[in-house]
Amino acid sequence: IAAMMASSYNAKEEDGHHSSGSSHGGAGAVKSKKPDNTAFKQQRLPAWQPILTAGTVLPAFFVIGLIFIPIGIGLYVTSNNIKEFEIDYTGAEVSSPCFNCAKNFSWNSTTSCNCSVPFTLEQPFESNVFMYYGLSNFYQNHRRYVKSRDDSQLNGDRSSLKNPSKECEPYRTSDGLPIAPCGAIANSLFNDTLELYYIHSNGSSTAIPLVKKGIAWWTDKHVKFRNPGGSNNNLTAAFQGTTKPVNWRKPVYELDPSDSDNNGFINEDFIVWMRTAALPTFRKLYRIIQKKPNMTPTLPSGKYLLEVTYNYPVHSFDGRKRMILSTISWMGGKNPFLGIAYITVGSVCFFLGVVLLIIHHKYDNRNNSADIPN
Amino acid sequence: IQCEVCVGEENWVDSRTIYIGHKEPPPGAEAYIPQRYPDNRIVSSKYTFWNFIPKNLFEQFRRIANFYFLVIFLVQLIIDTPTSPVTSGLPLFFVITVTAIKQGYEDWLRHKADCSINECPVDVVQQGKVVRTQSHKLRVGDVVMVREDETFPCDLIFLSSSRHDGTCYVTTASLDGESSHKTYYAVPDTMAFTTEQEVDSLHATIECEQPQPDLYKFVGRINIYKDREEPVARPLGAENLLLRGATLKNTQHIYGTVAIYTGMETKMALNYQSKSQKRSAVEKSMNAFLIVYLCILISKAVINTVLKYAWQWSPDRDEPWYNHRTEIERQRHVVIRAFTDFLAFMVLFNYIIPVSMYVTVEMQKFLGSYFIAWDEEMFDEELGEGAQVNTSDLNEELGQVEYVFTDKTGTLTENNMEFIECCVDGNVYIPHAICNGQILSAASSIDMIDSSPGGYRREHEDLFFRALCLCHTVQVKEEETVDGIKRGIHQGRPTSFYISSSPDEVALVEGMKRLGYTYLRLKDSYMEILNKDDEIERFELLHVLNFDSVRRRMSVIVKSSSGEYLLFCKGADSSIFPRVVSGKVEQVKARVEQNAVEGLRTLCVAYRRLSPSEYEEACHLLTKAKLALQDREQRLAQAYDIIERDFVLLGATAVEDRLQEKAADTIESLHKAGMKVWVLTGDKMETAAATCYASKLFRRSTQILELTKKRTEEQSLHDVLFELSRTVLRQHCFSCSFDCLDFGLIIDGATLSAILKPNQEGSGNYREIFLEICRNCSAVLCCRMAPLQKAQVVKLIKASKEHPITLAIGDGANDVSMILEAHVGIGIMGKEGRQAARNSDYAIPKFKHLKKMLLVHGHYYYIRIAELVQYFFYKVLEEQLVYSTLPLYDTAYLTLYNISFTSLPILLYSLVEQHVTMETLKREPSLYRDIAKNSLLRWPVFLYWTCLGVFDAVVFFFGAYFLFDNTTFTSNGQMFGNWTFGTLVFTVLVFTVTLKLALDTHHWTWINHFVIWGSLLFYVIFSLLWGGIIWPFLNYQRMYYVFMQMLSSGPAWLSIILLITVSLLPDVIKKVLCRAICPTATERAQSNRPCLTVEPSTIFMLSQSSSRMSF
Repeated sequence: IAAMMASSYNAKEEDGHHSSGSSHGGAGAVKSKKPDNTAFKQQRLPAWQPILTAGTVLPAFFVIGLIFIPIGIGLYVTSNNIKEFEIDYTGAEVSSPCFNCAKNFSWNSTTSCNCSVPFTLEQPFESNVFMYYGLSNFYQNHRRYVKSRDDSQLNGDRSSLKNPSKECEPYRTSDGLPIAPCGAIANSLFNDTLELYYIHSNGSSTAIPLVKKGIAWWTDKHVKFRNPGGSNNNLTAAFQGTTKPVNWRKPVYELDPSDSDNNGFINEDFIVWMRTAALPTFRKLYRIIQKKPNMTPTLPSGKYLLEVTYNYPVHSFDGRKRMILSTISWMGGKNPFLGIAYITVGSVCFFLGVVLLIIHHKYDNRNNSADIPN
Repeated sequence: IQCEVCVGEENWVDSRTIYIGHKEPPPGAEAYIPQRYPDNRIVSSKYTFWNFIPKNLFEQFRRIANFYFLVIFLVQLIIDTPTSPVTSGLPLFFVITVTAIKQGYEDWLRHKADCSINECPVDVVQQGKVVRTQSHKLRVGDVVMVREDETFPCDLIFLSSSRHDGTCYVTTASLDGESSHKTYYAVPDTMAFTTEQEVDSLHATIECEQPQPDLYKFVGRINIYKDREEPVARPLGAENLLLRGATLKNTQHIYGTVAIYTGMETKMALNYQSKSQKRSAVEKSMNAFLIVYLCILISKAVINTVLKYAWQWSPDRDEPWYNHRTEIERQRHVVIRAFTDFLAFMVLFNYIIPVSMYVTVEMQKFLGSYFIAWDEEMFDEELGEGAQVNTSDLNEELGQVEYVFTDKTGTLTENNMEFIECCVDGNVYIPHAICNGQILSAASSIDMIDSSPGGYRREHEDLFFRALCLCHTVQVKEEETVDGIKRGIHQGRPTSFYISSSPDEVALVEGMKRLGYTYLRLKDSYMEILNKDDEIERFELLHVLNFDSVRRRMSVIVKSSSGEYLLFCKGADSSIFPRVVSGKVEQVKARVEQNAVEGLRTLCVAYRRLSPSEYEEACHLLTKAKLALQDREQRLAQAYDIIERDFVLLGATAVEDRLQEKAADTIESLHKAGMKVWVLTGDKMETAAATCYASKLFRRSTQILELTKKRTEEQSLHDVLFELSRTVLRQHCFSCSFDCLDFGLIIDGATLSAILKPNQEGSGNYREIFLEICRNCSAVLCCRMAPLQKAQVVKLIKASKEHPITLAIGDGANDVSMILEAHVGIGIMGKEGRQAARNSDYAIPKFKHLKKMLLVHGHYYYIRIAELVQYFFYKVLEEQLVYSTLPLYDTAYLTLYNISFTSLPILLYSLVEQHVTMETLKREPSLYRDIAKNSLLRWPVFLYWTCLGVFDAVVFFFGAYFLFDNTTFTSNGQMFGNWTFGTLVFTVLVFTVTLKLALDTHHWTWINHFVIWGSLLFYVIFSLLWGGIIWPFLNYQRMYYVFMQMLSSGPAWLSIILLITVSLLPDVIKKVLCRAICPTATERAQSNRPCLTVEPSTIFMLSQSSSRMSF
């Protein structure tokens, strides 16, 4: 691009050392007061002086256009190849299978409410399939909410465990005992359980294996979040003297009793939840469905059943709950906007390049002809 | 008794009585009322160790901006706000600390300087002995002894000197910059003292006025008591007063000087007072923009508060189950809650008024001003000095000048006088020197034009030459090692120099010498002249009636060896002719006018013979006036007026004052740059007009409009004014079709004061008409101006309805008032001392340097600061809008955004940017018109930048929103959180803002490359580091690995590139279109640059081929 700009290197450095040298012989006062003849002090540093004219910018516009449009097309095609399926299981409507669960929700109920949502995949999903849960109208970006956590407690700090940060208020203590993990974010942990069944044509169903490893950032799981007491297996003892968050049904050390590497603060579902979303409508990675070694699609087209253990109330704030299945390409999930934006910007640049070309010829000729008489 | 008290009171107020050597006066003189005087301690420091912190903080918080940030900081401390107090406290703390350290250091230096001054040794005469003591222990009334090359420790009355004539030489270089030796005189009654015992035996009191800052005025009286006689009273004037700070020269020692003003009451200390602060137009528009932003801030906070409460009207929104308030918050009253919310929003958005902008602007001004001082082109070899910057607040104002008011003598002209000719009764004498190309021998030097009777002519000729040899205040220096500036002439005998405060006088005396009359010296009040026949003539000098700018003449009264009393007077023609009773007035007048037209400075010489009785009377008048304690000036003027009359005209002299080097070129450039140049001079019209023609202020084609006393005597002022305005306006109508001829206006002081006279009927009208005429004139010459009138003219223009920016340039003390009055005051380090340079905002060695100062430096500074201010508002607005819609950056980013990520590039840009090369600016002064009238900081431009900021913010917000909405950005399916989102937007923001600056940079030196790319690199490195480790001292780790995670995602990269491109696009298009469709002169100059080296056709082909190649 530098070559395309009308550039001129003005090496203006002038050799003025002779004059300063000659003044050495002069009186001391004169010598000291005489300014140094350096390029910097004389504002004569060699400089590249580009100017943005129609003639110099227009190649840049064409180049941008030529680069952006293919990228955009590529992105758009990639995005279109991604398969995504989304289903709302909030149970806000009467016809919805989870309507009863949603309606009868109570914080105090000990029994969990289950509901099954059937759905059909029209197309098979190849490769790894990622299962997300989505919430809407949930302000995880609320200032009060975002702050309401104690990172050092989550990092396994013992003193913070017993004495959580003030930021956690009003979810700091409960019945005189410190809450672990404290704060509004942890307190509102998403606790629906989602299970997926494939329904064969004969009516029988098989559970689809859902992998819960690798859904959180590696650094979060291994560095940022740590259980108190290090690798000590006895989490119950480590969390002695703390209490569970008020909305939780079980303490933190029982999040995944089957797997000690996924229990306590380093439970991946918990870590994912603790990474607050930017917008009120968001999705979070829930499980991964690994592709099968043979050539069969991961999720063949057909009927499926989503089994929901309905624990999470969203009705009170007009929220929605969704389950999303998506394949992933090198550029992530389905996102047609990026491709469209690239194509648009590229075309605009190309168009502007044409306009500038016309302007350049028209006005440059005029200017040249105007300059000649001078 | 009551009355006595009153008198005592009055004495206290108006004058002080000092007892020399602290001796009480003989009984019966007057009641001894001891007065308290301060000791001789100089305190230039502002702070002491104890009061530094409170006083400095108080001073700093008096600035509105600092106070505002303090309030914001306190609000953040008190209430729970979204940003931590650190974000606003840290920059404020930084600013305050840096300023405090700077001021503290400066004050410490001052303390040290004070200390060394206060402790320097001083010799005091006590009980007939010389005692060495420290300077700060001096008391009023102490008798001090000063040796050669010592500095006077306080203001002293000069009693006796080691020189037998009772004089001493003093340089006041540190006071007013004049390095010439000035002569001071001892009190006549005490000048005979030679030993400390004698001095100690003196019994006298001094009455003098209370301290006042005027360096050149002093009024006092010494009463000497001798052996119970009536005290002898002698007048004391400025010539008896040795000022603190001046240095004794060429005199072994002086004895018995009495301290009268000490410490902070010395005239030097009283002159420390700082000048009133001038503010530049840029600063004013900056403040206007700030007010706009403050309004935006407050309305934003209000709207947000209202919206917040509207939004959380339903309790589900306000407190969903997952996000409860604390109990304390819940109990708070809703009004208090709303108010704290309002304050919180204020705090949240307070970055819109950036504290760093003030710091950056200050730094830019301070550092930028060094380029003026460093400029080698403005260095004058002869003076050994370059330009000097006294205030850095006005750098950019140099690029905004619309009216230039210049002094003539010493500014346009060199003030290097050369005697050209003299004329006695119409006979012209030219010294044998190169004159009009032919060398006249000594014999033929006297050119007889008029063959009048020999005897009469002879007599006048003798008188004329003697008058010029006697009527002056020139000193003779008989040494070789005199300051290099003074002109030396080689005499036959010892090398001697004539030294005078006025170069005219030196030129005249030197001219006389060439005509055969040599002034030798002043010895024991006898002036010695070596006449043509090598005889020494002696005249007793009786009185000198000093020159002043009101009278515009000076006189001496001498007694010739034959016992005649003669009064010689020389002065401006206007002040001599009315007082002349006989002589060949017509011939001399004709010659004077002819010389004046040629641009020569003319003086008339006249004399008056005084009879002994007349002399006695004059003597009496002068003595009485000189002894007066009050209104001495006025009384002296009255006395002079009575004495200087009934002259016999002898002749006139002509002295040439050559134009300064490149003066005409400079004036032409200023004209082309669209500035109106006014010459304000005390000189007479013809001389001034000739100079104006020579300096191309008036061209041959210029139609001259005269508004002089001569014309207003013929017609009434009213008629003249209306006629002129008609002429001008008629021309104005024609000028649309014709190439108009420009007008030049000449106005003299008398007419000007008539126009400006306030209580005249319809004077406002006159003023308007006058201004209207001036507006249509390209050049105006104001002659016969008193110093105060110069300032009045500047004020008049300043107050006219366009409020133009004015610049005054001058070199002498008479220009100081105008320099102080104008928006920008420039002093020339001239020959008439340093007052102008000291009082100016910028001092330059020569008038020609004004061209570079305005056209290059002024232009650059204006461009730079304008970009700086606009850019700051742009980047802050952009950040704000994004931030206010999505509160999503980390505090560290927020704090560092203005401090380090984006500040250094703009600071460096504003120091080194050169949109056009220096050579082009100098070659094409018309480029200056492009920035006239604050054109880069007007509302449309401001609006453009604001729109640009809003557009970019919208792009960031919606771009990020749609790109980020509900999708996965990574190839492993994991999701980003709000911090990644914020970091992405912030990265785009930092890059856009920095690249926008890169687009605006026209001058890429290695500094620009380093700073722009460096700051981006710094941002990246900082982000990597900030997110790279778990910071142990932080109670949150929200940024941990966020930046790296973002960089590992392809779509994030693509989004960043896309958003940056989109947000920079409109600015590029605007720039290109403006340049192509309606380029400004500056832009044309920029594009013409390559054409200087390569032919246009080649350029066109090259661009063609390059664009083809790029396909």
